[in-house]
Order: sequence, then structure tokens, then C-alpha cells
Amino acid sequence: MFDLTLVQARDALRAKQLSAVELTDAYLGAVESLNPSLNAYITITPELARRQAVAADAALATGQGGPLTGIPLAIKDLFCTEGVRTTAGSKMLDPFIPPYESTVSANLLRDGAIFLGKANMDEFAMGSSNVTSAYGAVASPWKRASCGNAVLVPGGSSGGSAAAVSARMALGATGTDTGGSIRQPASFCGIAGIKPTYGRCSRWGVVAFASSLDQAGPLGRTVEDCAILLGSMAGFDPKDSTSADRQVPDFAAACRRGVKGLRIGVPREYAMDGMPEEISALWQQGLAWLRDAGAEIVDVSLPHTKYGLATYYIVAPAEASSNLARYDGVRFGARQDGVDLQDLYERTRAAGFGPEVRRRIMIGTYVLSSGYYDAYYLRAQKIRTLILRDFTDVFAKVDALLTPTAPSAAFAQGENMDDPVKMYLNDVFTVPASMAGVPAMSVPAGLDAQGLPLGLQVIGKPFDEETVFAVSAAIERAAGFSAIPSIRAGG
Amino acid sequence: MSLDPATVRRIASLARIRLEEDEVLSLQADLNGILGWIEQLNEIDVDGIEPLTGGAQMALRLREDAVTDGGYPEKVLANAPDRQGEFFAVPKVVE
Repeated sequence: MFDLTLVQARDALRAKQLSAVELTDAYLGAVESLNPSLNAYITITPELARRQAVAADAALATGQGGPLTGIPLAIKDLFCTEGVRTTAGSKMLDPFIPPYESTVSANLLRDGAIFLGKANMDEFAMGSSNVTSAYGAVASPWKRASCGNAVLVPGGSSGGSAAAVSARMALGATGTDTGGSIRQPASFCGIAGIKPTYGRCSRWGVVAFASSLDQAGPLGRTVEDCAILLGSMAGFDPKDSTSADRQVPDFAAACRRGVKGLRIGVPREYAMDGMPEEISALWQQGLAWLRDAGAEIVDVSLPHTKYGLATYYIVAPAEASSNLARYDGVRFGARQDGVDLQDLYERTRAAGFGPEVRRRIMIGTYVLSSGYYDAYYLRAQKIRTLILRDFTDVFAKVDALLTPTAPSAAFAQGENMDDPVKMYLNDVFTVPASMAGVPAMSVPAGLDAQGLPLGLQVIGKPFDEETVFAVSAAIERAAGFSAIPSIRAGG
Repeated sequence: MSLDPATVRRIASLARIRLEEDEVLSLQADLNGILGWIEQLNEIDVDGIEPLTGGAQMALRLREDAVTDGGYPEKVLANAPDRQGEFFAVPKVVE
């Protein structure tokens, strides 16, 4: 049962070969047995899931099922879920029980999905390894061939979501991506994940990190699984002022389009010094697969690529310092008492935020402070214009871009952790698409010498997720990626 | 540009984050590392470039100036660390 993809499970449910209660119980069992070692979930909601499964079976029996009826999912703990604790991976929100449902999770419930629980994540989505969670690090279900003892990171910040899908502790998951937080963990865990165009999914009810960059998206075992999930998550929402008032296309149909006649750009700036040979070889292989499938490969240039990351580390902390000002111990969340109001604020925020979140709030506060705003924040926003212009220029010539997703395979817990900048470099290939707001997907394409998954990234034009799905599905078909992690349900 | 310990304390105060004395030096090193790395952006000529302020290339919508939500103080106050009646409670701020 655990080998079924979301699409296969959906079809089996509709054909009554499987009931939603059976499927949900199997997944709850997997979560119960694997979560103590992987820590992919912060909160597990078995009673809620069983109630939803009973309702799903009733709907399926009368032929009234929706696109996701009976499908068990993990919800990143950044999405507010009514009546279910939502922590954002932080002690600050440890007692927080939202009185409302985020639009994205409400859309999934409308379509019949079952929620197994809330997935672990880097605190306030700030991190690339899931070690900054106040609820403990997530362990990747993957192991290095040569050294089975090292605990690897699942990537971040949607690391619990990626580990859960990879280890078969969920059939799919929601994630959010601000600078790579869906794509990099998908790459590390050997699954697919897409950050759609900014504005495609509502941000309402998603705990805010950097509002001009945050986008929700799905993680799934296959490209088509992601297409089905995104079709449900996406859509116009008047409660988010940046939500795009556009029809949601049939993303699953786009997966079957093929790439004949498409022009695929290869941005030469992504061929960076020191890139592991295996990753450049896989990139070349990906281009060859697309060429064989009928696409034309075109060399292109995105000249401001190397500045994307530094620009991001001004814009994102600046917005975070503003968004996280709301955590003051007054209206919700944890409070530390003080001698006066200022002391209450300062003690509450020192106790509630972990070191990485405090660092980013401080950087953001500094770059927005009087006398430094023009030198840092305004300059970064102008460079963001140049980065967007790079993409606009190349998309006049090509339909999509192909790059590696991350500069390495998963690393071990403890590695890259002595210097914040070293950790930030993980997002070097994912950040530019975030800065430009364009859709981008990671698709598993191969393994490194240690048997660890490597992803390729497909970047598309604004609101052209369909081409992103078409190209990603073509790579998936050609790659025939069938590797599975050593720790998994049913294994 | 390098931050000194006094500036680190000032930023912490602006951010309303209590900083213990023994945290200042390591935070100063971290912040200077990050800011030093960001200096590379000074290589770029941004004269005449308009800043990009949002993630969406669209004009923000206007909506009717009407109340569409509210009227449930118990829900709003349900997560309050401290309350009095229908109000959030904080330490005394005016003598």
C-alpha cells in the first residue's frame, strides 16, 4: 500500500479497492513507528484524521468525492489549522491554537484531504537543514552508502514535509518556499516539489516570514502528485491582497504535454566554480534527456545570478524583522513577565526566538535602521529589479530554464553549521527564482556516489506552471528515478 | 562597515530582544560576517534603477471600504497570555 503514489491511491479509493480508513490507519501506523526516529511531525492528529477518513469513505460511497478525498497529507506547521496547535517551529508559538484555517489548508479540506498532523520545520521557516526547529531536528530517511551512522539533514525549511513524503509517512505534503524551502528539501529527499508563481497560492493564514517572497506549494513523490495537490491549493483569495485573480489550469494534464518544440535555456552563470562533478554531469544528462524528447537547448545568461543570495539576505531579514514584530507576548504566543512593558517585550522575544531567528531579526533591524536604509535595503530592492529583468529578458527567448536545485547532496547534521553564511550558500540556485517571483520545481533525477538523491530545477515564466510541469514530467520519465530511502514505511 | 559592541546592543534594543553581556561578542562576529559578505552588492551600478518593492508584478486591488469580519472577541482573545474582560492585559505603562 505504501508504494502507491497519490494518483494511484486516489484511483484505488475511487475504485473501492481501498478505503480511506484503511489508508489513513496505515499511514498513522507509519507515523507512529517512524516519527520517534525521524521527528518529521511536531503534532500528530490521529483522531482528527480518522474522523476525516470516515467522512471520506461516506463521500466516496455516494460518488461525491473531490480531487483529494481520502488522501492523507502532512501540513507544514506554518499553516494555521483551526483548533490544532500551530508552532511555526518556534517556542514563541508553543501555546498557539489558531481560531481559523489558512486558505490553502481549507482548500485541501474542501477537496477531501485528510490531515495526519503538522510537519516539523526550521523555526519560522528560517533555515536550510531543519536544525533550527525548537522541536528538535528532523532526520533524513536517507543514509550515505559508506557511512550508515551519520544522520543526514532533510534540507529546510520544509524538512519535516520532505522527510514525511520520502519515508512514506504521508502521501503528500504542503510546504512553503521563501528562498528554496520547498525545492532544496525535495532535492535532498529524492521527491518532487514546486514553488508556484508568487500570488498563485493565498498567503492568508500562513505564518509570515518575508511577505514579498513567501509562497506555498506541494511536495509529492511524483510530478503529477504535485500537480494534483497544487491544483487544489491554488486559487484567488480576496483575503490576500497579493493573491492572483486567475483561473487555476489543469496542472495534471500539463504533465502529459511533452516538451517537443520547447526551448530550454541553460543559464551559464549557474555553472559555478567548485560545483561537484556529479552535479554538473547530472545537469548535462538532464539537458540530453530533454533534447532527446524533442526540446531545443539554448545557452542563456542571467548576469546577476551571483548577487541573488546576498540581495536575499537583505530583503528577507528586513521583511522578517517587520513581520516578527507582532510576537510581543501580548496578544498570543508565549510571554515572559517583565518589570515594565519594554522589559516584557525584550524578555519574551529573547526567550521565544532561537539564535538563527534572532540573528535575522537583528540583520533586518539594522538594514532598515535610520542612516542605513538606502545603503542596504534600497540598494537590494534595486538589484532585485535587475534580477527580475534578467529573467524577463531570457523568457523572451526560451520557455523554461534547467539548472541543478542545490550545490550538493544532503549533508550530515553538524556540517555547515559553524558559519551562517556557509549554510546560506545552500540556496544559491533557488533564491534567484524567488527574488523574481517565478515558478520553479525540483524533480529527482539521479543519485550521487554515496547513493543520495540529487534534484534538477525547472524554472518557468510567471503563471506558466504548466510548462514547468511538462518539462519536469519529461525529466521524471527519462530519469526513471526509483531509489527509495533506507528508512521508510513498509520497507 | 563593521559593527561595534555598542551598535550590536543598540540594534538588539531596537528589535526589542534582550541581550545578555556574554552574547554580544559572538553575535557581533556573526552579524559582521553576514554584513561583510553582503558588501559584494556594492560592485553593482544601480544608478537610475527603480526599486522592486513586491513579489507580484501587479497593482494592488482596491476593495469596498466595508466591515467584512469581526464581532467575536472570545476567538480573538482565546490565545491571549493575559486578559481582563474583553481586553488584552499588559503591565502598567502610565503612572
